[in-house]
Amino acid sequence: MKILILAEHDDLQLSPSVHQAVTAAQFWNSPVHVLVAGNHADAVAQQAASIDGVERVVHANADHLAHPLAEDIASLLVSISEGYDVILAAHSSFSKNALPRVAAMLDIAMISDVLEIKADNTYVRSIYAGNVLTTIQSTDAVQLLTVHGSNFAAASLGGNAEIVNTEIPASFKKASWKSEVRSQSDRPALGSAKIVVSGGRSLGSAEKFEQVLSPLAYKLGAALGATRAAVDAGYAPNDIQVGQTGVVVAPELYIAVGVSGAIQHTYGMRDSKIVVAINQDPDAPIFQVADYGLVADLFDVIPELTAAIQ
Amino acid sequence: MKILVAVKRVVDYNIKVRIKADGSDVDIEGVKMGINPFDENALEEALRLKEKGIATEVVAVSLGTSANQDVLRHSLAMGADRAILIEASADLQPLAVAKLLKSIVAREEPNLIILGKQAIDDDAGQTGQMLAALLDYPQGTFASTLQIEGDEVTVTREVDGGTETLALALPAVITADLRLNEPRFVKLPNLMMARKKPIETINAAELGVNLDARLKLIQVSEPAVRKAGIKVDSVEELLSKLRSHEGILV
Ligand SMILES: Cc1cc2nc3c(=O)[nH]c(=O)nc-3n(C[C@H](O)[C@H](O)[C@H](O)COP(=O)(O)OP(=O)(O)OC[C@H]3O[C@@H](n4cnc5c(N)ncnc54)[C@H](O)[C@@H]3O)c2cc1C
Ligand SMILES: Cc1cc2nc3c(=O)[nH]c(=O)nc-3n(C[C@H](O)[C@H](O)[C@H](O)COP(=O)(O)OP(=O)(O)OC[C@H]3O[C@@H](n4cnc5c(N)ncnc54)[C@H](O)[C@@H]3O)c2cc1C
Repeated sequence: MKILILAEHDDLQLSPSVHQAVTAAQFWNSPVHVLVAGNHADAVAQQAASIDGVERVVHANADHLAHPLAEDIASLLVSISEGYDVILAAHSSFSKNALPRVAAMLDIAMISDVLEIKADNTYVRSIYAGNVLTTIQSTDAVQLLTVHGSNFAAASLGGNAEIVNTEIPASFKKASWKSEVRSQSDRPALGSAKIVVSGGRSLGSAEKFEQVLSPLAYKLGAALGATRAAVDAGYAPNDIQVGQTGVVVAPELYIAVGVSGAIQHTYGMRDSKIVVAINQDPDAPIFQVADYGLVADLFDVIPELTAAIQ
Repeated sequence: MKILVAVKRVVDYNIKVRIKADGSDVDIEGVKMGINPFDENALEEALRLKEKGIATEVVAVSLGTSANQDVLRHSLAMGADRAILIEASADLQPLAVAKLLKSIVAREEPNLIILGKQAIDDDAGQTGQMLAALLDYPQGTFASTLQIEGDEVTVTREVDGGTETLALALPAVITADLRLNEPRFVKLPNLMMARKKPIETINAAELGVNLDARLKLIQVSEPAVRKAGIKVDSVEELLSKLRSHEGILV
């Protein structure tokens, strides 16, 4: 039995989520290989090779993998899939895009966003925005899944895997990459931040979102998050949306500021260790999931809180 | 050009579903159902393309039981030209849905297929990508803008940490993010009119697709809920509580 992990990276840095995927893969107690597809991503292949528990890194290097398209990643994965019994990746927009394509090409089912691996072919995943947990069993010979990163500890370094190059199928051609916009920020990445300060529609404008929340986030060394309502209103960029359709976070401390606490939002923050809610409505649903609730006007207490922190 | 839109019937997003006492499944008996929110964005986009004169026909397709007629009526009321129901009693899993949609694509030959990026019941987010693979079409998933010029569609996709823009040769498969647009309200007279429109019904069995479930549902359960904590009265009290947790705040 052998396991293949699809690695995410930016040609320079391996995504930390690959370490979590390696831990998930350890469940099967079988050799773990990691596919690094990119354009001159040698450093990334090295990083993958140094993860404890990785036996082999399959390195695919090609010009057309510089900004890899789902179509090309899928055909590459399928071309090397023979002999693998489990194919997995961390649940990110990259693997969500590519892996269902692989599943259809191999005519197998895919299990998205696995929270727990119960047996060789049995998994727990959530449905209805995290309101229900399902245990499901795959009847396919090959298991294809994405795992919910924060549910699996990151595998440590210390490995020394062999790196092998692989043949690469021709590019798909019917799709081409044009451009990308990556948000630049000095703040820690939302998905891995220790503290997250999240704001809702109640902030009222993009200016106030920045003015009120940034100083607090700065002092705490926190990432900023937002509700979809805040994003839709244009107060915050889309990529900091926390929730069912946004980013899932698992910080030590989550501070929800003027956030109502709709299930689609709380889905994204439920793995937070400590939740603080500040909301002027004592009946806001967010208080049902908060460890510490403060019923107050955020425009009064956030500056006060910011000032009180060293 | 013709656009095919997939619309799924799901539990209304405001409803908190319950599970059956024996833990065998979720209990959606008598629960308010509606069109999957992302599919409404998919349909809205198709209708706007028609209003701009780019599309000539918008066809809505839903897979499921005769109960799915309601989401198809809703689609017609929004402005879809035609509606197709693929009747299947089985609980369809994404691969089966994709295969059935593929056979409809073979019949209808649309130039563009738009689906929702995920269904809010199973949160799988697989069907569009699977359909694209089965058709060997390019895919533009999690689309937040879409532009058609000639036989090419340019798609901006929501990805972790930003956006990405791709150009796809038509025919292509797109999956809609909520930010793609704001779906229009359905006016009552339109809904009345949509009641009289025909819905073409095809039996899934006639399409020669293997619908066997690949995934077996073993059990469903309630997740551990975070319990409500305490209310504090002041910023000072909040800080002292937080400082009592090792390492959280200094
Ligand atoms: C398919 C679907 C997917 C979705 N996905 C997501 C998702 O991923 N993430 C997400 O966040 N949402 C998502 N939503 C939206 C979600 O349902 C809620 O609408 C949204 O989370 C509400 O955002 P909000 O709390 O900012 O706004 P509101 O609901 O407007 O709440 C504002 C809150 O601020 C409080 N408030 C107002 N003024 C003040 C003040 N001065 N001081 C203190 N408190 C104040 C109010 O009491 C209220 O509780 C989704 C919805 C759908 C249909
Ligand atoms: C392991 C597992 C076990 C399951 N077992 C059961 C079960 O026992 N009982 C049960 O009721 N269900 C079951 N299902 C649910 C079933 O798989 C889904 O209802 C169906 O396959 C669609 O998946 P999705 O909603 O997650 O699709 P997604 O891939 O999230 O949907 C994306 C888009 O595809 C389109 N789409 C999807 N389905 C349809 C449709 N029917 N008609 C039109 N368009 C559609 C829509 O545009 C939608 O926005 C199970 C699912 C899984 C994963």
